[in-house]
Amino acid sequence: MIICDDVRQSVPFLRYVAYQTVRCLVTRFLSRSAVLVVGLAVCASTTWAQDRQPGVSIGLNRVVGSKIGLLVLPMASSGGDSLATILSRDLDYSDRFQMVATSSVAGPIATGPAAVGPMPAANYPLYAKLGADGVVQGTLLPSGWLRIALHDIARKTVINQKDFPLPSPAFTPSWRMAAHGVSDAIEEWIVGQRGIAQTRIAFVRAGRVWTIDSDGANVIPVTPSGLSPQWVPSGRGLVYSVLDGVRDPLMYLDLATGAQRVLAMAPGTQNFSPAVSPDGRSVLFARALENGTDLYSIPIEGGTPRRITVGRGRISVQPSFSPDGQRIVFTSDRSGRSDVYISDVDGTNAEVLSAATFGDRGNRTGPDWSPDGRLVAFQTLNDNSKQIMTISMRDQTVRAVATEGRNDDPSWAPDSRHVVFTSDRSGVKQLWITDVESGRTRQLRTPSESRLAAWSPRLPTP
Amino acid sequence: MIRSTPLFVLLAATALASGACKKKPPVVAPVASNPTAPPSDPTRGPNTPPPPTSDNSAEAARKIAEARAAVLSPVYFEYDADDLRDDARASLDAKVKILTTNPQLRIRIAGHTDERGSDEYNIALGRRRAETAKRYLTDRGIEASRIETTTLGREQPAMQGSNEDAWAKNRRDEFVITAGDAQLRAP
Repeated sequence: MIICDDVRQSVPFLRYVAYQTVRCLVTRFLSRSAVLVVGLAVCASTTWAQDRQPGVSIGLNRVVGSKIGLLVLPMASSGGDSLATILSRDLDYSDRFQMVATSSVAGPIATGPAAVGPMPAANYPLYAKLGADGVVQGTLLPSGWLRIALHDIARKTVINQKDFPLPSPAFTPSWRMAAHGVSDAIEEWIVGQRGIAQTRIAFVRAGRVWTIDSDGANVIPVTPSGLSPQWVPSGRGLVYSVLDGVRDPLMYLDLATGAQRVLAMAPGTQNFSPAVSPDGRSVLFARALENGTDLYSIPIEGGTPRRITVGRGRISVQPSFSPDGQRIVFTSDRSGRSDVYISDVDGTNAEVLSAATFGDRGNRTGPDWSPDGRLVAFQTLNDNSKQIMTISMRDQTVRAVATEGRNDDPSWAPDSRHVVFTSDRSGVKQLWITDVESGRTRQLRTPSESRLAAWSPRLPTP
Repeated sequence: MIRSTPLFVLLAATALASGACKKKPPVVAPVASNPTAPPSDPTRGPNTPPPPTSDNSAEAARKIAEARAAVLSPVYFEYDADDLRDDARASLDAKVKILTTNPQLRIRIAGHTDERGSDEYNIALGRRRAETAKRYLTDRGIEASRIETTTLGREQPAMQGSNEDAWAKNRRDEFVITAGDAQLRAP
C-alpha cells in the first residue's frame, strides 16, 4: 500500500505496529492476532500526523513533476457555491493543478464569518487523502469582501491569506471578473506567475465582433459588424476592420463607452488585419491597393499611415509584434506561396521565419508572437489539413500543438502557454483552447461558427 | 381602235406594276425610334446600329437584357490563383464589347475567395482577383476611371458548403453596374 510505504519511510514500521498494539490493548481486550490485523488495517487506512517528520508530504506518493493537488472548499454563503465553482474551474483551466472536486467535501467547512486559521487537524488528513497538497478556504465577510486562506497540507498551516473586494450584486459580469482575479492571485501564490482567468477573448461570428470571458461566460456582441479584432494593451479597447465593399475602414472601439472612431480609411483601399504595438502607441495593419496589399503603420490616435512593406504586387498581412516592439512577424506570399516572415518593425531585414521542414510544402499563415517572446504560433495548410504549429525563437524547433480537425488563427494568452484557436473538429467552427505544455485542450463554448479569436491582456479588476 | 389602246397600255402597265410590286418590299416611312434611344442622342457612337423597329422591340429588349447579363456574369478562378482561365477571358471579352458600346456604363468589380486559407489573406486575394479582371478590361481600351475594385474575401460566399463544388463557385469576381444602366444598349 502506498500509504504504508510512506509510513515506513518516516517511521520505523515495527515501532508503529507496537504503538498500535499498545493502544488497542489499552482500549479493547482483543486477541493478539486481532490486534495485529487491526494494526495492519489501521496502517493501511489512515495516516497519523503526530508521527510525521516535519516537511514530509503526508499520505501521497507524489512523483516529481506531477501537478500540485488543490481543493477549493465550499463556501458558507449565498453566492458561495458559485464562487467556489468559479475558483475551482479557473484553477483547473490553468492546467497547473490537479483539482479535487469541491463536491467531494460535504457541506461548508468554515464556521462563522471569520473562521480562518488552523483547521481542525482531522481535516488535513482527509484533504490529503483526497489528493490535495493545498486547500483554498474562502469566507464571504459581512463587508462583502472575500477572505481567502491558502492552506499547505504538508505544513498543516495557512501559508497565505488576503481579503479581496467583490462588486455587488453577485453573478454580474464584473463580479465574475473580480472572482477570476482572485483565482489568478491564488495561482501566483502557488506557482509564482499570475493566472489568466481575468481575461476575455474577442472573436468574430455572423460578421460582427463579440467578447467572451475566458471561462466561457458573458458572451456579448460589441460591434454591429467587423473582423479581425485585436486588443490594445490596456484591455480597454479593440482595433478591428469593417469590410463593407465600399469604405472598408480600420476602426477603434472603446469598450467602456462603446464609442467608435475610424482609425484608417482611404478611397480605393481596404484596411484590415491589424496588430497593436506592445506599448499601445501604434497600429500595424494591411492596406489593399490596386497593386497589392502591404503593411502600414499608424498612430493609435490616427494620422497618416506609413508604409512598412513594399510588396510590388504581392500580399503582406497578419502582422504580430515581438514583446519589445522591435520586430514583427507577418504573412507574405512574396516568394510565390504564403509563408511567415520576420523583419524589423520598420519592415527592413525581412526573411522567412523558418524553412519548410519534414517535407512540408504547404502554406504558412497567421503568425502570433507569444507575450514572453519565446514562441511564434502559426498555422500550416497542407492539401486539406490545417494545423497549428509553434516555432521556438531560440532554436527554430517546430512543434505541432493542434492537429485534430482543421485549425487556424492561433492567439496567445498572457501566460504564453495557452493558445485560443478556431477548429472544426466538432463539426462546426468553434473556439478551442490548448495548453502547449501539457497538451490539454478544451472547447470555449462560443456560439457556433466562431473564428478570428484574440486573447486579451490581463484585465484590470473592475 | 384609238380608245382601246390607252386601256391596253394601262392594263399592261398595271400588270407589270402589280407583278413588280409583289417582288419589291413596300416603302414605308420610318417608325418612331426606340424610346430608350432618342435619335438625336449625342452619346451614340458613329457605329451604333439604328434603333429597332416597333415590330422587333421585344427582340431589342431581349438583347439589352442579354447585354446586361453579360456585364453582370461572374468570372471564376482556380484555387489560390488570380490568373484568368479561358472561360474568364471569354466572359471578359463580352464585357469589353458592351463597355465599349456603352461609354456611360460604370462598374464595380468585387473579388471573392473560397473559405480555405486565412480570412485576412483572402481579403487581399479577392482584391487581387478584382484587379486582374480590371486590368484585362483596361488593357482593351476601357478607361480605368470607369471601373472600381473591391474585395469581400470569403465573407459572402455564393454557395455554402465545404466541398469543391461550393469552393469553385465562390472563387469569383462579381460585377455590379454603378452608373449608366438606364441607357444600356446592346452592341
